[in-house]
Amino acid sequence: MSVFRLLLLLNCALFSLGVYGMLTRRHAIGLLLAIELILNAAALNFVLFGRLFGQAQAQAFALFIIALAACEAVVGLAIVMSLARSANTILADRVQLLKG
Amino acid sequence: MPAGPLIALAFAGLAAIVLVGAVWVVTLGNLFRAALSLGLVLLGVAGLFILLEAEFLAFVQILVYVGAILTLVVFAVMLTARVPSNPEGGVSRQRLPAAIASIALFVVLAVVTQALTWPTEAPTDAASLNALGQQLVKELLLPFEVISLVIVAAMAGAMAVAVPRK
Repeated sequence: MSVFRLLLLLNCALFSLGVYGMLTRRHAIGLLLAIELILNAAALNFVLFGRLFGQAQAQAFALFIIALAACEAVVGLAIVMSLARSANTILADRVQLLKG
Repeated sequence: MPAGPLIALAFAGLAAIVLVGAVWVVTLGNLFRAALSLGLVLLGVAGLFILLEAEFLAFVQILVYVGAILTLVVFAVMLTARVPSNPEGGVSRQRLPAAIASIALFVVLAVVTQALTWPTEAPTDAASLNALGQQLVKELLLPFEVISLVIVAAMAGAMAVAVPRK
């Protein structure tokens, strides 16, 4: 079994752990952490196959994933801060108001 | 790709770090510790990038993820520490169905990806930083510009959301 296949398995495990975190966490920041795991698995997969086929484009897309993860963290944490202020909770399932 | 027992050992060590860290991220009740173990995962992934000969990406990963995003997350955890949440840090009750679902997902993904075949012979050269830069300003110019637009929009949106309204 080559290193590539083992790393592919590692990526699957990372992705599944992220999905598990998404399903079990109620804390909004915990959800963000799980999303970061999923995005990292995707980026690692891009780099893995880019290395396998010698493509630079894969690394460019991994770069885009990192940039998008930064945007997602910024917006998500801003929402969490505003949620903590207005609804006085950060549990994602405790927020039921559509009207801020 | 370089081969050898030392490289294989490095791969195994980094994979173990990433896996253990990822398990901690999703299971630890204390969110601050979960955020710190996310840092462990991110450093492990950066190490894997280096072993896959994507050094530039490894540096970007450390700068952006560990340097910026993780700091942001830790700040948010500390700033919201006084907001009431349940004592176990918001890990829900539906652990068993979630575990079954994610293990099933892992099995499906593993079976599908391990069935893939590719020409393993003819080891290709690693993509150089030069080629990456050429890609970014030639073929991927439009996605590159769209990403910068998204970053500006995200910053403006974050400020608009986070500033308290009267």
